[in-house]
Amino acid sequence: MSAVDRLLDGPAADLARAVREREVTAVAVAEKALGRVRAAADRHGSYLWFAEDLALAQAAEVDRLVEHGENFPLAGVPLAVKDNIHVETLPSTAGSKILAGFVAAESATCVRRLVAAGAVVVGKTNCDEFGMGSSNESSAYRPVKNPWDPERVPGGSSGGSAAAVAARSAPLAIGTDTGGSVRQPASLCGLVGWKPTYGRVSRYGLIAFASSLDQAGAFARTVEDAALAFREMAGEDPRDSTSLRTPVPDVLGRMKKGVEGLRVGLLLEAEAEGGLAPDVRKSFEGTAELLRKAGATIVEVSVPRVPMAVPVYYLVATAEASSNLARFDGIRYGARRGDGDLASVYTGTRSAGFGPEVKRRILLGTFALSAGYQDAYYGRAERVRALLRRDFDAAFLKVDAILCPTSPETAFRFGAKTADPLQMYLADVFTVPASLAGLPALSVPSGLSSEGLPIGMQFIGPVDSEPVLFALARSVEEGAGVWTLKPPDAL
Amino acid sequence: MALSDYEPVIGLEVHCQLKTRTKSFCACPVVFGAPPNSAVCPVCLGYPGVLPVLNREMVTLAMRVALATGSEIQERSVFARKNYFYPDLPKGYQISQLDRPLAVGGHVPVRTSGGERPIRLSRIHLEEDAGKLMHEFPWDDVPTGASLVDLNRAGTPLIEIVSEPEIRSGDEAWDYLNRLRRIVRYVDASDGNMEEGSLRCDANVSVRRKGAVPLGTKVEVKNLNSINHVRKAIEHEVERQAGTLDRGGAVVQETRLWHPETGTTRPMRSKEEAMDYRYFPDPDLGTLEVDGEWKQGVAESMPELPDARVARLVLQYGLPLADADTICLSRPLADWFEAAALAHPSNPKGVANWLLSELLSRIGDADRQAGRVPLAPAALARLVARIDDGTISGKIGKELLPLLIDSGKDPDELIREKGLVQVTDEGEIRGVVEGVVGANPQQAAAFRAGKTQALGWFVGQVMKASGGKANPAIVNRLLKERLEQG
Repeated sequence: MSAVDRLLDGPAADLARAVREREVTAVAVAEKALGRVRAAADRHGSYLWFAEDLALAQAAEVDRLVEHGENFPLAGVPLAVKDNIHVETLPSTAGSKILAGFVAAESATCVRRLVAAGAVVVGKTNCDEFGMGSSNESSAYRPVKNPWDPERVPGGSSGGSAAAVAARSAPLAIGTDTGGSVRQPASLCGLVGWKPTYGRVSRYGLIAFASSLDQAGAFARTVEDAALAFREMAGEDPRDSTSLRTPVPDVLGRMKKGVEGLRVGLLLEAEAEGGLAPDVRKSFEGTAELLRKAGATIVEVSVPRVPMAVPVYYLVATAEASSNLARFDGIRYGARRGDGDLASVYTGTRSAGFGPEVKRRILLGTFALSAGYQDAYYGRAERVRALLRRDFDAAFLKVDAILCPTSPETAFRFGAKTADPLQMYLADVFTVPASLAGLPALSVPSGLSSEGLPIGMQFIGPVDSEPVLFALARSVEEGAGVWTLKPPDAL
Repeated sequence: MALSDYEPVIGLEVHCQLKTRTKSFCACPVVFGAPPNSAVCPVCLGYPGVLPVLNREMVTLAMRVALATGSEIQERSVFARKNYFYPDLPKGYQISQLDRPLAVGGHVPVRTSGGERPIRLSRIHLEEDAGKLMHEFPWDDVPTGASLVDLNRAGTPLIEIVSEPEIRSGDEAWDYLNRLRRIVRYVDASDGNMEEGSLRCDANVSVRRKGAVPLGTKVEVKNLNSINHVRKAIEHEVERQAGTLDRGGAVVQETRLWHPETGTTRPMRSKEEAMDYRYFPDPDLGTLEVDGEWKQGVAESMPELPDARVARLVLQYGLPLADADTICLSRPLADWFEAAALAHPSNPKGVANWLLSELLSRIGDADRQAGRVPLAPAALARLVARIDDGTISGKIGKELLPLLIDSGKDPDELIREKGLVQVTDEGEIRGVVEGVVGANPQQAAAFRAGKTQALGWFVGQVMKASGGKANPAIVNRLLKERLEQG
């Protein structure tokens, strides 16, 4: 095994150090990574588009600047980017046929920031169409296999990004998280995955699903790598009016200080909601015990409206989606169908271009906003959302962070939930509350199930509590040790 | 019953394009007449992944209109998405404001038979314009029947000014629009040009029996492309609705299009076909906050408003109200007048008269609006001064005007060049008088016999003989003396 291979199997931080210290070149890393990307695409379907030219050019630039003494925090780190995030010169389809052939003219702000930190984009990853799904089975191109068990889903909607990192094709990937689309696949693929406080990472260049919920986040195998990505991605962007103008909290500094004295609340509703797989419950209890031993104070805490979060989420998110996806009309870009009159272009393009899950959500959202129903559905959902925020505010008077499983169960088999969309939606029960409240949350591997599948625990904190969340995750990472395990079907 | 038994109830929705340098939510320039799709970017094209960033100049201009109409600027207002599909609407929704507009209340006064009356405004809100569809093109490679989309206008800033239904006639609507247009132009918020579409108007028209309290069924009239068309369309629509009711029929709630060729309105869509726009707050923009500092800055930059200026012109220069009103048609025109009046401070009324009767008659509305008077203010001031000090007569002044306009020369220079200085030397004039009276003994006898009108004829002859240069007052006096002597 070559030095580069070993680096690609290890954390991004180590790889960046090696490139900075000129033990290996970024170009050598990129060449090797691009081979792995092709292999991962063949094996798991995790990539949709490859970035050979771009990656080699970016890597050469990193090498050139490293020689001039540039101190890139992510020097030469191969980066996989979810297909609903723009990367200049690469296709950007959001996993949808309606955007077939669409190429991004410029990179998303978060991609630009990572590239400026030395990262090298190696490919665009598969995902549920427009980020709508929890299993990656709604990709218009192909499903993605979980490297822990290729007969199971990687989670979604950022399933390609999760599978890409789990399979060791890239140490770092980014995705979007609207209702759990980074955290849930991170949990199912044994990775660290975070979503920031709403507004902390720019949405410019993300193909919008639900604008009041969408945030970019990252996948990594270690908490430190995940925190590094946060530090580089976070920050104000004048092109996103919802981006926060307050200073970015220092995650790496806080992480080293441990968890002693932190108050962690076990989410009461996690138990009450039932549906927790036995292994997940055991890991939940084990994680609490582990944190207690590390010096944290463990209490129980209630967020009473958590059970309402799924219906509220599926009204708010679909309402916004019905509007955000109206621009895909075949008039200016993308695949146009139908000829003759305008109505046939609209119906032809949208009927052929959107998959069934996207159509279902557009219809749901259109209904939720319709005259006569708006107040009962969208309006009421927004009111409950406000109350849910208050629930969290109250909870955070008592605790520094809330702990609950990221997903009620481990990775499920293909087709297990596709027949019943509601079952699929309920898989989001623990991830959507933080999205609705605009709170930061992350998932960290906490153990393996009896079937050898990864289990993830989620920390949710108040606005700007990322430093505390990463510190807690670091503690779990050390205690659980899952990150050292390689998935059976990895490259 | 007759038309006069019905009371029209009219409310106007006016869309006004704001004169910003760039579009509402992107950095594209606002341009007119540029090649199709040359002033566009991913944001105003509705590409995936882009986000709107509010142009603060748009808000500032809207605030100027709000302050000029006494509309109350809200500390917090909210952008909402108005969702509908159309090829000129790139995002599939228009960013507008619904239940929390930028400004509420305010009024625009209109002149009525019973004096001035304020028409209250319900709201002024911000929104972006759509693009344009083209159905005819100069290119021959476009298939027959195709339509093309030009998105240069997409994202251009607009305000919508909504009146309460307090307008009672086409004339009042006409005056309301003229006043409103004058306001938006004075505060430099808009070109206010209906023909070019920078000002657009839809009218909500209903009628009710005089004295009745409940409102009649409302009809929205669209496609009103000039202020005169608004008046005509309203008059037609009122007559149509009154006629319908008179015949025992019922007015249908619908949207109708004005057809200027036939002078009638025709149904466009019924209430049942009305769109459901599924408005909701735009999550990309959040709340628009206007703090005291911003508001104060705008307030301090406000120009004198047209009504105040009319009043000041009456007071300061002693102009009749109607003249002051005409001069205050536009800010540049009023500025022109004041520059001329200040250059000849002893007779501002004379300057106004010359401007109104001799100069404005030579130019069209567009030039009047732009203050493009074909003479420099100082030139008119000097011309009037030379008449006032007796250097030339008013008649010579009028003859001189076209030459002044054509040559662009200074009046004094031209008067010298043309030898038009008035003759006031009594000896010289007396000589001419002697000659004319001596050559016309019959007329002189007739005068002395009591036919005093003959004096006018003699004046004319003397003026003619002097080449128009003799001072008419002196001519008059000397002629009278000479004729009465016998």
